Amino acid sequence: MVVKVYGPAFASPKRVLACLMEKEIEFEVVPVDLLKGEHKDPEFLKLQPLGTVPVTQDGDYVLYESRAIMRYYSEKYKSQGTGLLGETIEERGQVENWLEVEAHNFNPPVMNLTLHVMFSSKLGFPRDENLIKESEEKLGKVLDIYEERLSKTKYLAGDFFSLADLSHLPFTQYLVGPIGKEYMISSRKHVSAWWNDISSRPSWQKVLLLYPPPF
Amino acid sequence: MGPKGEKKTAAALFYKLKRPSTLQHSQPTSTTMVVKVYGPVFASPKRVLVCLVEKEIEFEGVPLDLLKGEHKDPEFLKLQPFGTVPVTQDGDYVLYESRAIMRYYAEKYKSQGTDLLGKTVEERGQVENWLEVEAHNFDPHVFNLTLHVMFSSKLGIPRDENVIKESEEKLSRVLDIYEERLSKSKYLAGDFFSLADLSHLPFTQYLVGPIGKEYMITSRKHVNAWWNDISSRPSWQKVQQLYPAPL
Repeated sequence: MVVKVYGPAFASPKRVLACLMEKEIEFEVVPVDLLKGEHKDPEFLKLQPLGTVPVTQDGDYVLYESRAIMRYYSEKYKSQGTGLLGETIEERGQVENWLEVEAHNFNPPVMNLTLHVMFSSKLGFPRDENLIKESEEKLGKVLDIYEERLSKTKYLAGDFFSLADLSHLPFTQYLVGPIGKEYMISSRKHVSAWWNDISSRPSWQKVLLLYPPPF
Repeated sequence: MGPKGEKKTAAALFYKLKRPSTLQHSQPTSTTMVVKVYGPVFASPKRVLVCLVEKEIEFEGVPLDLLKGEHKDPEFLKLQPFGTVPVTQDGDYVLYESRAIMRYYAEKYKSQGTDLLGKTVEERGQVENWLEVEAHNFDPHVFNLTLHVMFSSKLGIPRDENVIKESEEKLSRVLDIYEERLSKSKYLAGDFFSLADLSHLPFTQYLVGPIGKEYMITSRKHVNAWWNDISSRPSWQKVQQLYPAPL
């Protein structure tokens, strides 16, 4: 039983891949080309009716939504590999808090930047400069709050690495690379130290090497 | 409001209202540890309230008027720097984000009240799956409808008919997927009630009520049966009675 992960070249599935690496869980990948719309193919929709990646298939146990998949495997293999949920219920509460902050405060603006800076020409829709400006401002405000938080604790949920940090890897990698806004990280002392720490983890380096971005 | 000429989305305006005069925090009446929940009349905090009622956990609501912008008051931002509700305060343990708070209390009091996370790791995986589907596929569209149909006149933002139409179409496709799912299992995560179902209560209540799109539920047999089931739970009836909607 090897876990199959769909869409490994893309950012959200990379959350799952980095998590599986940290947990030392064997997996294999199934390419899905979102740029060709393969996630809207009838066959794929049978597996994942919402037409999004990632999906995992573990025998006949299917899951979707990257953060749900990460929670499941971190819990199931709690004592194997890196502990990613904290040690106590209170620590896990903080992991949940900051994982939700990532999903609802950090992700939407960085996703807009990804779409409009990196993907608009590939996908043939107009690059919206107002949206880019607005998203950068919103992301800046979120990163100011992270700076304050990370001046008090080494990682977002506390002094331990967790899913809350890991979940930031794929899109922050876009931000400092192809989106061309590395200054948003490097200009913030604690955010910068945190990013250098989490992005240099062997798990993440390996994911980047094995599954380069789609272009 | 922001600089002149800056493009504002309705959602941005929603969070940038008039400055508040003062925050009206209720004072703790005793030293007993009761969970304080900020902003109880609003929809997202109601996820937390109904969860606490199901888990038989004592709480008190701390009023916060988003329509007056009290969530952007400096005092409130010290507690919740993003300026959103809900926040819970449990002694000195503070949490934000409704779905994080629900997971924490459902886990901490696992054997008390209704079990909301499933019994096995696999069941919990399905709860997580459908709770994330609610957050990323259901909520954005119903939230847009809430903003543009219910709150636009109160907040002085233009009601955007295109956003309403598009959100209704997208929500409809999501509900078609729910219909299929609920033809196979009684609840979203399986044959057991869980956080994944509960998390839909506040905004679906808006949808069938003040938003005026009850047909989106009633026209789908299994979704309709599911909605009748979960919305008639005593916990949800109690939350609505205790904290009526803000308008």
